[in-house]
Amino acid sequence: MMWRIRHFEERVGQLKRADQVHGLIHLSVGQEGVAASVCGQLRDDDPVYSGHRAHGHALAKGAPVERVLAELMGREDGLCKGLGGSMHLVDVEHGFMGATGVVGGNIPMALGSALAGRLRGGDQVAVVFFGDGAVQAGHFNESVNLATLWGLPLIMVCENNGFAEFTPRSAHTNVERVSDVVAPYEVTRETVDGNDVLAVWESFGKFLAAARGGGGPFLLECLTHRLRGHYEGDPGKYREAIAKADWQEKDPILRLQRHGVAEGWFSDDDAATIERDALAELEVAETFARESRFPSDDLLSSMVYAD
Amino acid sequence: MAEITYVKAITEAMAGAMRADERVFVLGEDVAEGGPYTTTAGLAEEFGTERVINTPISESAIAGVAVGAAQSGMRPVLEIMFIDFITLALDQVVNQAAKAHFMSGGQLSVPLVLRTQGGAGTRGGAQHSQSLEAWLTHIPGLKVVMPSTAVDAGGLLASAIEDPNPVVFIENKTLYFKREEVPDEIEPLPLGRARVLREGDDVTIVALSRLVADALSAAERLASEGVSAEVIDPRTLVPLDLETIVRSVQKTNRLVIAHEAVEHGGFGAEIAAEVQAVAFDPLDAPVERVGAPFSPIPLSPPLEDAYIPGADDVYAAARATLR
Repeated sequence: MMWRIRHFEERVGQLKRADQVHGLIHLSVGQEGVAASVCGQLRDDDPVYSGHRAHGHALAKGAPVERVLAELMGREDGLCKGLGGSMHLVDVEHGFMGATGVVGGNIPMALGSALAGRLRGGDQVAVVFFGDGAVQAGHFNESVNLATLWGLPLIMVCENNGFAEFTPRSAHTNVERVSDVVAPYEVTRETVDGNDVLAVWESFGKFLAAARGGGGPFLLECLTHRLRGHYEGDPGKYREAIAKADWQEKDPILRLQRHGVAEGWFSDDDAATIERDALAELEVAETFARESRFPSDDLLSSMVYAD
Repeated sequence: MAEITYVKAITEAMAGAMRADERVFVLGEDVAEGGPYTTTAGLAEEFGTERVINTPISESAIAGVAVGAAQSGMRPVLEIMFIDFITLALDQVVNQAAKAHFMSGGQLSVPLVLRTQGGAGTRGGAQHSQSLEAWLTHIPGLKVVMPSTAVDAGGLLASAIEDPNPVVFIENKTLYFKREEVPDEIEPLPLGRARVLREGDDVTIVALSRLVADALSAAERLASEGVSAEVIDPRTLVPLDLETIVRSVQKTNRLVIAHEAVEHGGFGAEIAAEVQAVAFDPLDAPVERVGAPFSPIPLSPPLEDAYIPGADDVYAAARATLR
């Protein structure tokens, strides 16, 4: 899954430069470990909400690669018929309830989905992904208060990559750790190295089991690194490039591979096969997306309201 | 027949929907206590606080909760206590609720009713008295309902709750305690149908919400002077029943549009533009609009009374079309 996301994102970066995918494109290269560890443990009926950097979350939740790519290319076979785009991916069938382009706007919606699950008597757990930039928004604070007041089965996953758009976290707030922001509400919380796939898996798994059993809410802060700019085309002058050797050390995928090989879970060859398969799948997906047509004009009137 | 108030008709419509459909629930500030105008009085007693949910003063979050719940199969009825506070919820209403069906290629729907109330006349000042419906009519994906009578409030709210789309349901605080004769059972009324309240041949008056009663009294006065006015309440602004209005204008050749909202940029401008586009030739006079001045709402009682448009303004506008 992580290779699938990595190569998807890198291909999307290339397609953006070739003007084949459209709109504002925010890539999650370097943050794949969080998406894979979180979504890999969820059921299709567990609702997931994401923000503007959502491709990895959608793919990890089960959205088909070719339909996500077709959506980014504005084609009628896209997940959302080409009407939503990169920041508005939705795949209801797999419980990917939606990404939003408004930072933090997804958080209260995830609360609503958690509330709906509880009112219906189900054991679904709602998950919302957001970046550290959302934490300074009013709706984050309103939502944390409500989620704790109501004890909702919700896991808030903050990917703290240290940058809110173009500005380092330290320029926006005096509170360094997101887990400290929610401390007064007594949210059960943890801060983990988001590049350590196994650590994220374990912490999230613990929260998930508790939420499934009626607990909540929880906050999992994953410290990550965004290898690319805020959006594709971002000159990125505000940040120092990470040295290649340092990144080899931190890369969540390579780290897991080194660990897995050392533990004897799989061989280097197995890992290489997984990566090759991801690339081959992407070739098929790109052909599918390129062959799909652009949507017809009549959607402008037929899709505004539900019947 | 029975006698009922506008507010009671609204409460009854919610209770009826909650009895019929367990997906319907109510949330908002102080709703379990009935709220400042008793719109939700008795609901918590009948349905419990699991389905009549008090919320903190967090308009953005509670609107988002309603959107998320609606997308997940529930039918929330969200109360925003004063329409003035909808500003705080607009991200969820405008960016999320209104666009979810479209942006998801039809995968999501948002069967949400956002009930709120507006209107001046209670010395509420500039932040508790506005009429902001025009903003909401500008957003594709929202439906906007503005009833002027108890029977319409009850009937349209029942339909709004059943509608698969987000509906903003705008009540008027000065109408809440008006008594009205209604049938024993208030039947659901379809959205998008205007009501012709009085038939006439000389001038058409289209009036919204509180101005409907003013339009009817202006019509009485005009009748005493030999002028026959037709009064139409669109009841829903989106979708708008343009056909009924145009048919009337083709008969009367004159049009007055009256609402309490600030005239400048108000919904009257949209109705005027749409009517002239399809019925320019039948018009014998410029379309007249009645609305509030381009000013925040003042506190001082004589000033507020002068600020709010009323029957005299509607009468004068109708007279202007007859010159």
